[in-house]
Amino acid sequence: MTSSNPFANFIIVGERTNVTGSAKFRKLIEADDYAGALAVARQQVEAGANVLDVNVDAAMIDGVKAMRTFMNLIATEPDIARVPMMIDSSKWEVIEAGLRCVQGKAIVNSISMKEGEAAFLAHARKVRRYGAACVVMAFDEKGQADTAHRKTEICTRAYHLLRDELDFPPEDIIFDPNVFAVATGIDEHNDYANAFFAATRIIRETLPHAHISGGLSNVSFSFRGNEPVREAMHGVFLYHAIRNGMDMAIVNAGALPVYDDIEPELRDRVEDVLLNRREDGTERLLEIAERFKGGEKRRDVKDMSWREKPVGERITHALVHGLNEFIVADTEEARLELPRPLHVIEGPLMDGMSRVGDLFGAGKMFLPQVVKSARVMKQAVAHLVPFMEEEKQRSGLAAKPNGKILMATVKGDVHDIGKNIVGVVLQCNGYEVIDLGVMVPCETILETARREKVDAIGLSGLITPSLDEMCFVASEMERQGFTLPLLIGGATTSRTHTAVKIAPNYRHATFYVTDASRAVPVMQKLLSDDDKAAFIAAEKIDQGKVREAYLAGQDKRPRLSIAEARSRAPKLKAEGVVTPSFLGPRPVEVTLDELAPFIDWTPFFASWELVGRYPQILEDDIVGEAARGLYKDARAMLDRMIAERWIAAKGVVGFWPAARDGDDVVVFTDETRKTERARLHTLRQQMEKGPTKPNYALSDFVAEEGDYIGAFAVTAGIGEEEIATRFKKANDDYSSIMVKALADRFAEAFAEWLHAKVRRELWGYAADETANIDEMIGEKYRGIRPAPGYPAQPDHTEKTTLFDLLDARAHTGMDLTESLAMTPPASVSGLYFAHPRAEYFGVGRIDRDQVEDYARRKGWDMKEAERWLAPILSYERA
Amino acid sequence: MNRKERFAALEQIAAERIVILDGAWGTMIQTYDLTEADFRGTHFPEHNRPLKGNNDLLVLTRPDIIRDIHDQYLDAGADIASTNTFSGTTIAQADYALEHVVDDINIAAARIAREACDAATAKDGRVRCVAGAIGPTNKTLSLSPDVNDPARRDVTFEEVADAYKQQARGLVEGGADIILIETIFDTLNAKAAIFGVEEFYDELGERLPIMISGTITDLSGRTLSGQTVEAFWHSVRHANPWSVGLNCALGPKDMDAHIRSLARAANVRVSAYPNAGLPNAMGGYDEGPHDMVRIMEPWAAGGVVNLVGGCCGTTPAHIRAIADAVKGKSPRKTWTCEPVMRLSGLEPFTAAA
Repeated sequence: MTSSNPFANFIIVGERTNVTGSAKFRKLIEADDYAGALAVARQQVEAGANVLDVNVDAAMIDGVKAMRTFMNLIATEPDIARVPMMIDSSKWEVIEAGLRCVQGKAIVNSISMKEGEAAFLAHARKVRRYGAACVVMAFDEKGQADTAHRKTEICTRAYHLLRDELDFPPEDIIFDPNVFAVATGIDEHNDYANAFFAATRIIRETLPHAHISGGLSNVSFSFRGNEPVREAMHGVFLYHAIRNGMDMAIVNAGALPVYDDIEPELRDRVEDVLLNRREDGTERLLEIAERFKGGEKRRDVKDMSWREKPVGERITHALVHGLNEFIVADTEEARLELPRPLHVIEGPLMDGMSRVGDLFGAGKMFLPQVVKSARVMKQAVAHLVPFMEEEKQRSGLAAKPNGKILMATVKGDVHDIGKNIVGVVLQCNGYEVIDLGVMVPCETILETARREKVDAIGLSGLITPSLDEMCFVASEMERQGFTLPLLIGGATTSRTHTAVKIAPNYRHATFYVTDASRAVPVMQKLLSDDDKAAFIAAEKIDQGKVREAYLAGQDKRPRLSIAEARSRAPKLKAEGVVTPSFLGPRPVEVTLDELAPFIDWTPFFASWELVGRYPQILEDDIVGEAARGLYKDARAMLDRMIAERWIAAKGVVGFWPAARDGDDVVVFTDETRKTERARLHTLRQQMEKGPTKPNYALSDFVAEEGDYIGAFAVTAGIGEEEIATRFKKANDDYSSIMVKALADRFAEAFAEWLHAKVRRELWGYAADETANIDEMIGEKYRGIRPAPGYPAQPDHTEKTTLFDLLDARAHTGMDLTESLAMTPPASVSGLYFAHPRAEYFGVGRIDRDQVEDYARRKGWDMKEAERWLAPILSYERA
Repeated sequence: MNRKERFAALEQIAAERIVILDGAWGTMIQTYDLTEADFRGTHFPEHNRPLKGNNDLLVLTRPDIIRDIHDQYLDAGADIASTNTFSGTTIAQADYALEHVVDDINIAAARIAREACDAATAKDGRVRCVAGAIGPTNKTLSLSPDVNDPARRDVTFEEVADAYKQQARGLVEGGADIILIETIFDTLNAKAAIFGVEEFYDELGERLPIMISGTITDLSGRTLSGQTVEAFWHSVRHANPWSVGLNCALGPKDMDAHIRSLARAANVRVSAYPNAGLPNAMGGYDEGPHDMVRIMEPWAAGGVVNLVGGCCGTTPAHIRAIADAVKGKSPRKTWTCEPVMRLSGLEPFTAAA
């Protein structure tokens, strides 16, 4: 509407959602076709309705139910719900049902003194309590007012009652002085329009701030079936009513008649009738009425230009605007254009949904809109499902879902949009989704998961307490012996939180799923027998890294004093102590052949700057091809390395009686535990972890008496440098790098292999352990093998003690550089802790008091201590 | 001093200076590292559901802690102590199968707050009021729990209104001076709360003041149920609230624009008690007292607010800093608004005069 139009400052109440005025709308409601009914509402709003009049009063309609259903549906349609509602019924219970469903400030249409003042005031009081404005009909105990005098009299009485008895805000009172049909052939009716105009003027002049409204369609009732004449009558009626002070009307918002646009002859004759200017007015209008019947109907002002765009853009438009009117037709069109029905989902539909995701992320769409988009998406997918089934039948594949996932927003949280999108996308990709909705208690989730035999559980949440609830669900899954993968998503969740807080509660797979696009590949891999184990293991490793990074980065938190941190040590007692099969160091030999199965390939690809998990990386869209080529070359070289013994693997492992002494571990020469062979120094976490959580140092995992400690140093780099140099000289840098990268992998595999041998055999505290290789990579066993220079003991200088204990140089040819790097480069060393409660942790930043204490224990001055510990100081070095 | 006298004193304070609200409950309770046993106390040793996390229950099982937190906030400068009853409705407690103790919770919560306020007043002579806090419940009236059935609702308006009515009754019985309807993410729930509280006031034969505080859930500037700040105000104006404002979900920086629009729209006192920033990756809050004050002090200086405090992540240290920062600043002036019809859907609609 432009500012020059005659309706500026005039409130347009859309009437097409009124069953008494629209047979089409009545039929839709009677047929429970609410999608169609919403389309009518949307049309009215798009056409410029400021307020939407909803009336479901019809004989065959359960008014309360229909009003509630329609209002609830409108609440989820943001482009309709953006305007205020007018809840229109002659039945109070229907009005009340409507009021209970609208969050905005609505208008009640209507109340009156038909049943006396008491009932009128009771209703008005309720209207006020529900926070609505209201239309008051010029209707009293004696009936509907038809003359200007009666109209004015009733409205005046109602106004004063409302003001005096209830202090009802005058600006929230709207009078409807009754629009009645004219040109009915009954003479008494001829002045009805004039009476309305006159009453309108008086009421506006004498009852401050009150408004005047009316339903236009009544006035032209005699011309049912002749829309052009009816519209002309409405146009002329409005023109005069507005001039008299009417500021609101219930009209067809799409076809708002404009006085000046009306054909002059028709306008004159309509005016004669409405203003009752001639006795033969009705006859004269009837004379020409037939001529206008069937004339061109005014087009609705809805913008349909998007329908002319290509089908992909139309689908995006429909998804972004949540319009389902054409989605099936458009989806069908796309299906016919594309080779396979699935391509419609992967192509235009997913494009549209990512647009929705972008807009939502940018704050340009908000929650209800996205829910709506998801619904349109579902409808499109529903259309495609039979075709996909058929395709599967044809190709001989059983129509079996790819897998079944249970999804829920956790207890205490009502947010589910992300979850719904993920659900839709999964469904689109052939997964069966059981969506338990929002606020789902843990037990319901787990019971359903068991009953429905799902393949994975997805938890979502947006508010922060949901994070704790997710941890709880994870711990319950652990307690109740679940093995299903657990997927975590939602706005406040994060990769860090999942890795640090949730995953540690559950020994099986826990995945953080950033967004819907990630959900599908994750599910694919989790449900693939081939890829599952390695995928989970790789994720566990990644999570371990995230945990380390997190723990190392906790610098901003307040530090505890070292005394306080020590008071929060776990103070572990000896537990499950097993005497190692030998004491002191012993060399270990192993062939590359034995180590090859222990290789973890994921870091190998990372070393070539190809990011992704093995083996999925081989199928990656972007780097897959490169990864496949690399892997082929690597396997070929690996075979030659083994067959031609390019490099040799050497190691040493040792065990000693040991005892905790504060933050140190004393290593004894023998079982008499009298002579100190060496002293290992460890560092303690000083971050505030809360009074119930321990602040760890590695020494905690050795008991104060009767315990042991182990150590190892392994290399797979003997001969590595020579081979690499040889390649380099032959201008084959590729192979030169390859051999180093493979040697690194062999060294890591050696450490992994040796740790297993130590647990099961050499130390033997886990003789019956059965972890397979993937579980091993995932560190699912008792005991740890932390290395100096890593988060649990960031001080590299401890390697010196380690090498000395093991006599590593003599046994393996390994050495330490000045800066304590190991040579050959393909080497790994570390300590073994067997305590059942031993776990990896990060020391994080430490404060000056611990540095001073550590320097004293190491026999360093402060400067030297600060140099070695520089990366973890919580303060600036002087 | 009776309720009327206390409230008169608060009105006097509000006329002279900016009123200080308290801070977060959850954040403070977390610091005590309570266990399941704490939540159960001697009252519910055999209860068949886990109770840890049911913070409202602590008013019965660990009243010492609740009192301690009140004392800290009052000592930090709060004029109004809000009760620890965010989930004190039959609807919210149904999760724990504790609908039957809702009255006990509300009465006890208000009583503890009352005692804390009276003790603080006895110490320094400054009057404090108890605001009986009514949370959003865990069910929404405007959103469907089922994407495939958008007309469905988990709960009815009548049920929500009744639950709130019962909560208000308990809070007033325990000694609340004000009813605070807060953290409104679905305005229809708030309207049910207003309805229920008004029904209770009819029963009581007296109308206590109502404070209203909505929640803008994200940067789109809308409530969860999709309303703009001004549309929200139009929807709750009929409660004739003593104050209207925003709390939770956002830190002061992200709340800034929205509290200012509300202050432009609303002709009653305006309150603001934001979170200590947005939750970080770990679900904690990073903004210290100084960070918050940096944004909130200009609200006070610029006449945007009448009441300030803190929500999630804030502590007595935050409240103390906020109280110090707004000291000596004049409260925002309210005005009489023009009598024009103000309607709303998700967006406001104001009729011409």
